Amino acid sequence: MISAPDVVAFTREEELEDELYSEPPLPEEYSVPLFPFANHGANPWAKVASSKFTRDFILISEFSEQVGPQPLLTIPDDAEVSGTFDLNYFSLRIMSVDYQASFVGHPPGSAYPKLNFVEDSKVVLGDSKEGAFAYVHHLTLYDLEARGFVRPFCMAYISADEHKIMQQFQELSAEFSKASECLKTGNRKAFANELEQKLKDLDYTRTVLHNETEIQKKSNDKGYYTTQAIEKANELASVEKSIIEHQDLLKQIRSYPYRKAKEADFHPYEPEGALDPANTGFEQDLAASDLAEPGDTHLYTHTPPYTPKLIKAKSAKCFDKKLKTLEELCDVYFFTQTLYQLRQIERTFRGDVCYLLTEQISRTLLKQQSVTNFLFEDVSFLDEKQPEKQFRECQGLGQDTVHRKCLEEAPAPKVVISLGSYKSSVESVPIKMEQEIEDSQEPKLSELVMFEAQENLDYLDADIKGSISSGESIEVLGTEKSVSGLPKSESQASLPVSPSPQVGRSKVGSRRTVSEDSIEVLSTCPSESLIPEDFKASYPSAINEEPYADDDEGGLRFTPKVNPDDADEQEDVSQQENLVQVDSACCIGKESPSFLEPLPELGQKPCDEDGVVRIPPQPYRQVEQGLRGSLGGFPTHDSISGGLLPYELDSRYLTGSREVSKSSLDECSDSTSYISSAASTCSDRTPSPAHHCQASERHRKKAGQNALRFIRQYPFAHPAIYSLLSGRTLVVLGEEEAIVKKLVTALSIFVPNCGIYAKPVKHWVTSPLHVVDFQKWKLIGLQRTVSPAGVNVLHALSRYSRYLSILDADSKTLRCPLYKGTLVSRLADHRTQIKRGSTYYLHVQSILTQLCSKAFLFTFCHHLHLPISEREPEEAVVNRRMNFLKLQLGLANEDIKIVQYLAELLKLQYIQEPGRRVNPLLRFDYVPSFLYKI
Amino acid sequence: MLRWLIGGGREPQGLAEKSSVQTIGEEQIQNPYTELLVLKGHQDIVRFLVQIDDCRFASAGDDGIVFLWNAQTGEKLLELHGHTHKITAITSFSSSDASEEKNHFILTASADRTVIVWDCTSGRQVRKVSCFHSTVKCLTVLRRLDVWLSGGSDLCVWNQKLDLLCKTSHLTDAGISALVELPKNCVAAAVGKELIIFRLIASNDESEGWNVLEVKRLVDHQDNILSLVSVNDLTFVTGSYVGELIVWDALDWTKQAYECNFWDSSVHPDVQPEIKLSQSPNETPVQHLTCDEECVFAAVGKGIYVYNLQMKHVIACQRTAHDSSVLHIEKLPNRQLISCSEDGSVRIWELREKQQLPAEPVPTGFFSMWGFGRANKQANQAAKKMQENTPVYILELVGDLIGHSSAVQMFLYFGELGLATCSADHLIILWKDGERESRLRSLTLFQKLAQNDDLQLKF
Repeated sequence: MISAPDVVAFTREEELEDELYSEPPLPEEYSVPLFPFANHGANPWAKVASSKFTRDFILISEFSEQVGPQPLLTIPDDAEVSGTFDLNYFSLRIMSVDYQASFVGHPPGSAYPKLNFVEDSKVVLGDSKEGAFAYVHHLTLYDLEARGFVRPFCMAYISADEHKIMQQFQELSAEFSKASECLKTGNRKAFANELEQKLKDLDYTRTVLHNETEIQKKSNDKGYYTTQAIEKANELASVEKSIIEHQDLLKQIRSYPYRKAKEADFHPYEPEGALDPANTGFEQDLAASDLAEPGDTHLYTHTPPYTPKLIKAKSAKCFDKKLKTLEELCDVYFFTQTLYQLRQIERTFRGDVCYLLTEQISRTLLKQQSVTNFLFEDVSFLDEKQPEKQFRECQGLGQDTVHRKCLEEAPAPKVVISLGSYKSSVESVPIKMEQEIEDSQEPKLSELVMFEAQENLDYLDADIKGSISSGESIEVLGTEKSVSGLPKSESQASLPVSPSPQVGRSKVGSRRTVSEDSIEVLSTCPSESLIPEDFKASYPSAINEEPYADDDEGGLRFTPKVNPDDADEQEDVSQQENLVQVDSACCIGKESPSFLEPLPELGQKPCDEDGVVRIPPQPYRQVEQGLRGSLGGFPTHDSISGGLLPYELDSRYLTGSREVSKSSLDECSDSTSYISSAASTCSDRTPSPAHHCQASERHRKKAGQNALRFIRQYPFAHPAIYSLLSGRTLVVLGEEEAIVKKLVTALSIFVPNCGIYAKPVKHWVTSPLHVVDFQKWKLIGLQRTVSPAGVNVLHALSRYSRYLSILDADSKTLRCPLYKGTLVSRLADHRTQIKRGSTYYLHVQSILTQLCSKAFLFTFCHHLHLPISEREPEEAVVNRRMNFLKLQLGLANEDIKIVQYLAELLKLQYIQEPGRRVNPLLRFDYVPSFLYKI
Repeated sequence: MLRWLIGGGREPQGLAEKSSVQTIGEEQIQNPYTELLVLKGHQDIVRFLVQIDDCRFASAGDDGIVFLWNAQTGEKLLELHGHTHKITAITSFSSSDASEEKNHFILTASADRTVIVWDCTSGRQVRKVSCFHSTVKCLTVLRRLDVWLSGGSDLCVWNQKLDLLCKTSHLTDAGISALVELPKNCVAAAVGKELIIFRLIASNDESEGWNVLEVKRLVDHQDNILSLVSVNDLTFVTGSYVGELIVWDALDWTKQAYECNFWDSSVHPDVQPEIKLSQSPNETPVQHLTCDEECVFAAVGKGIYVYNLQMKHVIACQRTAHDSSVLHIEKLPNRQLISCSEDGSVRIWELREKQQLPAEPVPTGFFSMWGFGRANKQANQAAKKMQENTPVYILELVGDLIGHSSAVQMFLYFGELGLATCSADHLIILWKDGERESRLRSLTLFQKLAQNDDLQLKF
C-alpha cells in the first residue's frame, strides 16, 4: 500500500512574505524577529520530526518471491541510523515501484527461454509518512532457481531531504549505476557458473538415462516399447531439451558483455586495482583456472571440482527451498566491492544539500581554472571527482578491457568442448550472436537498448534497432486530476531526435514511450492510481507526466510554475531550443549528464503547449547557470527550477545535523579514526561530501582556526606569511612537537603548491636541514634539541639562513626579510572579526584566489616578459613589467615578489612536459633578514 | 645567529664578532645566481666536472659512475657504468668524423686500473683499456698530435683508436700527478718533487708511431708538485706543497721566477705574529693554479693570490678567502674569479683596481651568518693589512654561494648558463641566473601557448 500523497511542507514563500508585510508594525520595543512559519502553527522542525532516521543511508531490498519485499541491509550498517524508521515498510514501498516485470521464459516465436537483460531503473520517490525521500535504483539479478530466473533487487538512497535527492540525481544515478554494474558483473559470473554446474548435472543425468534406455533396448527383444521405455525416452528427451535450453542460457549470459560492449556508453565494471589487492589474484585465478574444470574457481575458496548430480525428472517446487543470498548471487568478491562502493556513495552524499552543491560549484569553478588552481588548492581530488569525463576518456580503454574480461570470463574452448559433447545426441541449433540480438529486440521488451545519445551515431543506432527507450527523466506526478488530462501516448518513439525546434516540440508533445530509466516522483497520490491502465499493461516502465500548472500546493520546488501562455511560447524561441536540449537529454537515457554545455536561462520555465513539464534532474552545472542567470530571483521561488532553494528555510537539515553533532560530538576529537566511521556532520554544520575531502575539510578547519590564532597572537605574522607566499622556506623551530605542528598546520594554508603533488609542507623534522630540503619543502617544522645533534641542526640552519625564515616557537621570535607590502595585511588582519576557522580559511582562499588571478594575468601577458620588437632593449621590458605590477596590479613593495613567485610557479607548471617531473628548483633572493620579537 | 638560535631570544650582541674571513652580507647585489638546481645521482664524493660541449657536462667521482648532464635544464642525460673503483681522472675530447658532426668522447681513468672511452651521444663504451700496472692519475689529450697521454707510474702515449704507441719506463711508484702540454711536442710531467720534460718523437719506420723521450728533469721544487698549468706557449707555472711557485720558460725549461713563501705572512713585517702561528708552511700548498694572459691565480691554502707575470710579484691577494683550503679557482672573462673550498662555499671575487680609499669590506649584517663560531681571533686586520700591502689591486668579494654541506671539489663555469659545482656531499648544484631563467621560461611558455593554440585557456 502506498501512502497518502506527499505534500511537501513548504508553503509558498511569496504568500508568506505578503502576510508578514501586511501585518501592522509592532512598536519598536516589541519587535522580535518573527519566525516565518509562526502563523502556520508549525515549527520549523516539523518536517524533521516526521523523519524517523537521523541521517541519510542506503538500503538494499529484495522483492523475494517467497516473502515479498524485504530489506536486506543498510549502509551504514548501524541500527541507530535508521532509528525507528520502518525498513520493512519502506522496502515494500520502494519495491512496489518496480515496474520492470522482465519477461523471461518462452517468448512467442522463440524456441528457447530468453534471458532478459534488463536495464536498471532509477526512480525517485517520497514518503510523507516516513518523512523519507529516496533515490531508488532497481536492478535484477539472475538466479537459476528463481522464478523466471530473475531476482529483483533495489538499492535506495534514503534521505529526509527531497531536494538533495532531486539535485544530486545525476550523481547518485552515476554512482549507483557503477555499484549496480559491479553487482551484475559478479552475478553474471555466478550465474554462468551455476549454469555450467546445471549443465553438468544434466549431462550426467542424460548419460545415466541413456544407459538405462540402452539396457532396456537390449533387454527388450519384443519389438515394441514398454511404457517404461517410452517414459524413459520422454525423460531423456526432456533432459536434452533442458540441456539445449541451459546451453542457450549460458551462451546468452556469456555473450552479454560483448553485446553491451557494442553499445556506446556501456561502462563495464572494472575493479580498481587500488581498491583490493586481491584483484590481481583474482585475475590470475581466472587465467589459471583449468579448462577441464570449468568455472569452478572461486575467488576466495577453491572449491573442489564439481561432481554432477542426478536430476530428478520432476524438481521440487521452489517454495520450500532456500533462496540464495545476495552474496551468493554475486560472488563474494564483487559483493564486497559493491559494498565498498556503496559506502563511498554514502560518504560522498553525506550532509546538507546546500553544502554538497556549494562544494560542487566551487569544484567546477576550480576545475575551470586549470592553469592556476594547483597553487592553493588540492587538485588531486578535483581530478578524482570527474567520473563522467574519465569515463569518456577511457572509453576505448574500457572496451578493450571488456573484451579481455569476456575472454577471461568465458573461455571459448570450454564452450566448444561442452558443445561437442552435447552434439552427440542432441541436434544443436547454432545461433549466431547477431541473431540473438535481433531476437531479443522484442519491441516491447525494452531490452538493453539503453543508448546514450550524445552523438548522432547513437541516434542512428537507435533507429536501426527500431526501439526507443526514453532515458532518465524525472516525471512529475501531480494530483489525481491530472490523470484525466493525459493524452494517449503516440508512438513517435522511433523518430531520431534532432535538435531542431519542431522535432523537439513534437517530441515534447509526445507522451511517454518505453522508458527504461526514468524517475518518478511519486509525491502527491498513490502512484498506482496515477498510472493509466494502458501504460501499466504494456509499458511497465511507463510513467506519468503531469502539468504542474495549477497545483497550488507546489510540493516540489524544482518544478517551475507553468504558464501555458501562447505569448510566452512565442517570445521564447530560444527557450524552446533549450527545452529541446533538455528534453532530448532526458528522453534519451544518458547516464552522464548532457548538460556540459551550459543551458542558458534554465531558471526560466520550460513549457510547451500541453503544459507538460519535463524537468531533468538539476545537476550543479545548471545551478551555476541559475546563479548566473537569476541570482536576483531568489525571493520568487516560483521561477526557480531546482537549483536554488531556500536552504535557510529547510530546517530539517539544520536540526538533523545538529542532532548528529550532539550525539557524536565526543567522538569528534582529533583522532582520525573518526573520519572513517562517524558522521562528518559533527561540530560543524557543513559536513563534507567525500571521505578524502573530509580529511582535508577537517584539516582546513583546524588550519583556519590555528592560523587565526597565529595572526592574533604573533605581531610578526605578516612577514612570516610573506615568506611563505614568496617561496622562502619558513622553518618553525621548537622543542615541543605538538606546538610546532600546530604552527605548521596553521601556516600551511598560505603555502603555494609547487606542482600538482602534495603541499610542500613538512610537519616535523629532527635531522639537520639541507639545501635539498628547501627545494622540496616550503614550510618545515624543526625540532630543537640541546644534544650535540641539535647543535648540528642549528648550524645547518645558520648556514642556510639566506634561504630561510626562521620562526622560533619557543622564544617567539622570527627572523626573516622585511615586509612592507599591503597584501598580507588584508590576508591576515589581527583585528579581524572572523571567529571561525573555516570562515577564516575561506577568507584566505578568496584573497589567495585573487592573488592567483593577478599572477595569472602577469604570467600570460606576452609583452611583460618578451620584447615587442626585436630591437627593444631588455630594460624596456623590465620597466614595463614593473609598471604593470605596480600600476595595473596595484602591488606595492614586496607584494611584487609574491606575484612574481607565483608567476614563476605557474610558468613552471605550464611548461612542464606531461609525464616528466620537473627538477625542483630553488629560487631565492639575496636580501637581508631581520629579527622580530614579540 | 647561531647564538640567537641557541640562546633563543637573548640579546644578539655577540653576533657582531669579527671574523678573519671577509664576509658579505645577505644582500649581494652583484651576485647573479638566484636560482639553483640540485642534481642528484652520485653515491659518493663528486670530484670532477668536465665540459663536453656548450650545454653538456660530465661528472665523476668516487662511486665510479659518470653522469652526463644538461647544463641548462639539469636533466640527467646519461649514466655511464663501467668502472669498479673511483675515478681518478677525466677528460673530454671531440673528433670530427668524415661527416660534419662532431663526436664527443670522454676518457675516464679509474683506480681499477682501466681507462674507458665513452661516446657521449650514445653512452656506450667505445673502448676499454686495462693493461695498466698502476692507477692512471692524469690524462691529457694532445690535439695537435692526435694522441692522448696517460700518466701513472709511467707515461703512455695512445692514438685515437686507443692503441698503445709507446710508453716510458717505470718512473716512480707515486706516479705522475700532473701533465701539461708544452710546445715542440713536449710535455711536462710532475712526478713527486721533480718535473720531467718528455718529448714525443715521430718514429722513423712507422708513419703513426711515436717515441717518447725523457729530455730533462727539473728538481727545483722542495716538495711535491701539486699543480701545473701552462700559461701560454712561452711559459708554464708549477706550484708545490710547501707553497713554492715557479714560473718556467716553456721552450728551454729554465726558471723565470721563483716565489717561495711569498704568502707567508712572516715575509710581511707588519703582520701580527698570531697569523704566523696559524699559518705554518704546511698549510700553504698551492692547490690549484689558473691563469690569464697577465696573471697567475693561485689557490694557496685558504687564500687566493694573484701573481702578475710581468711584474713578477703578487698584485692582489685574499689571505683567508675561505674558512679552509681553496680547492679550485677559475678566472672568469669579466675580471671575476670564482673559488671553491673545503668549507663548502663558493665565492665570487672581483679583481678591482685599488682606489684611494680602500673600500671597507661590505659591512656584515647584524645577523650575518658568518659572524659566529670562528675559533681564530685574528680579527679583521688581515683584510685591512692586505689592502694596505697590495700595490694596485684588490680582490673584492662580490658574492658567495652556499648550498653544499661539504667540501666543494670543483666547479665548472658555463657562462650565462650558470655554474655547476660538485661536492663531497654527493651533490652537484647548478647555479643559475634567476632573471635569465625566468625570461627563458616565459619564452618557452609563450612558445608552447602558440604551439598548442591553447584551447584549454579561454582568455
